[in-house]
Amino acid sequence: MKMILFSKRNTKEILRDPINFFFGLGFPLVLLVLLSIVNSAIPAEAENMMFQIGNLAPGLAMFGSVFMALFVGMLVSKDRTSSFLMRLFTSPMNAMDFIFGYTLPMLVMAIVQATITLLASGAFGLEINANILLAIALTSLTSLLFVGIGLFLGSLLNDKAVGAVCGALLTNVAGWLSGVFIPIDLIGGAFKTITNILPFYHSVEAIKATLSGNFSQILPHLTNVMGYTIVIFALAIIAFEHKMNGENI
Amino acid sequence: MNTIIIRGLTKKYGSIVAVDDLNLTVEQGELFALLGVNGAGKSTTIKMLSCLIKPTSGDASLLGDSIISNPCLVKKKINISPQETAVAENLSVLENLELIAGIYGQDSKTAKKKAREIVEKFGLEKELNKKSKHLSGGMQRRLSIAMALISDPQILFLDEPTLGLDVLARRELWTSIKELKGKVTIILTTHYMDEVENLSDRVGIMAKGELTAMGTVAELIMQTGTSKLEDAFVVLSGGVL
Repeated sequence: MKMILFSKRNTKEILRDPINFFFGLGFPLVLLVLLSIVNSAIPAEAENMMFQIGNLAPGLAMFGSVFMALFVGMLVSKDRTSSFLMRLFTSPMNAMDFIFGYTLPMLVMAIVQATITLLASGAFGLEINANILLAIALTSLTSLLFVGIGLFLGSLLNDKAVGAVCGALLTNVAGWLSGVFIPIDLIGGAFKTITNILPFYHSVEAIKATLSGNFSQILPHLTNVMGYTIVIFALAIIAFEHKMNGENI
Repeated sequence: MNTIIIRGLTKKYGSIVAVDDLNLTVEQGELFALLGVNGAGKSTTIKMLSCLIKPTSGDASLLGDSIISNPCLVKKKINISPQETAVAENLSVLENLELIAGIYGQDSKTAKKKAREIVEKFGLEKELNKKSKHLSGGMQRRLSIAMALISDPQILFLDEPTLGLDVLARRELWTSIKELKGKVTIILTTHYMDEVENLSDRVGIMAKGELTAMGTVAELIMQTGTSKLEDAFVVLSGGVL
């Protein structure tokens, strides 16, 4: 009950900010249109498949979910610095009410965002079939990584720092190292090794495998992403509980 | 009847003693003002009593429940209006109130009814559907206290409730606080001496983490041989007149 009430409040708090609305739902669509135009301008003999819809749609589904880190991070940080959390920490709410209360709205937003992005990709040639439902579910799962990052950073940093780290740094790192915007295989070397170690590229590949029906390829990629997600969530819970029981609220 | 009984409450941060062996009792319905210069230990005391931080040693009993062994029970009986207004900015006045009421276990119907009652009491009827970020500073403070009261707390902590308000807004808030006297046990921290003179039943003065004096305003003035509370406070806080 408390968790649901808190989730509702967090949903309203985020969605009533028009900038969040644009970045949450509109920005992946803007990129979809722009990169599809870029793709149509690439001559066939260039054999550049990067922005073909089969690669672009899963990439943008993942990239859109990066903004969940920004939304939740900013919210947690503002709640902390405005003492709103201090008020709630004196209430009968427990740590799980807070963690799930912040996470659930993000999960719902990630699902809505992935649904819109993938369905809109249908207009650019993506085959609309039952795999899309699975891809949406998988995107919501991989989005937990970014929710965890937001929770962790929001528990430690002020909202300006969260804006800089999640809004500027993380979106760039996730964008470049996921292979959405640059051809990782073409660059190769250390760059490719790094992308293979980090979870961003694997998030895209897991969604891509789902969309194309290559289900046997999902698990190895998903394992990498979920490993990072578990670690970052554990860190987020520790940081949040430290604030809950700590001296610097 | 003693609502708050504090025994040997101490908080240390490394070698720094923020609150040192605090002993105090507050009676039911009393408004107890806690005074002190910045860093005297007032906010740390309130944070310990409201179960936000754990004491290094000592304990406090709030309506019979220990802040150390039964913080969950204590939390159901108390509420706080922090120094900052601490409202959900993008939620309306009504939504803020309903949220807090729900978190303290009230069903939706009761929460709505209580919210309507409390906005009337605090003169927030016209602002009911306004987002709290669009309220004036005075109205935000009222909302903050209304949010602390909607759960029907038996003990209320008001941490500098009139900080930054203009004279009129302060006076209006005093009226609202006065109406609570006798019904809710209130611990108030403030830097405004006129606020203490107008509102408090008893005053405790803290300096360097210790409770250096306690009594009514008249008793403290008499004890220090001064003519007003501000002078008594300066003397009891270790300052020079």
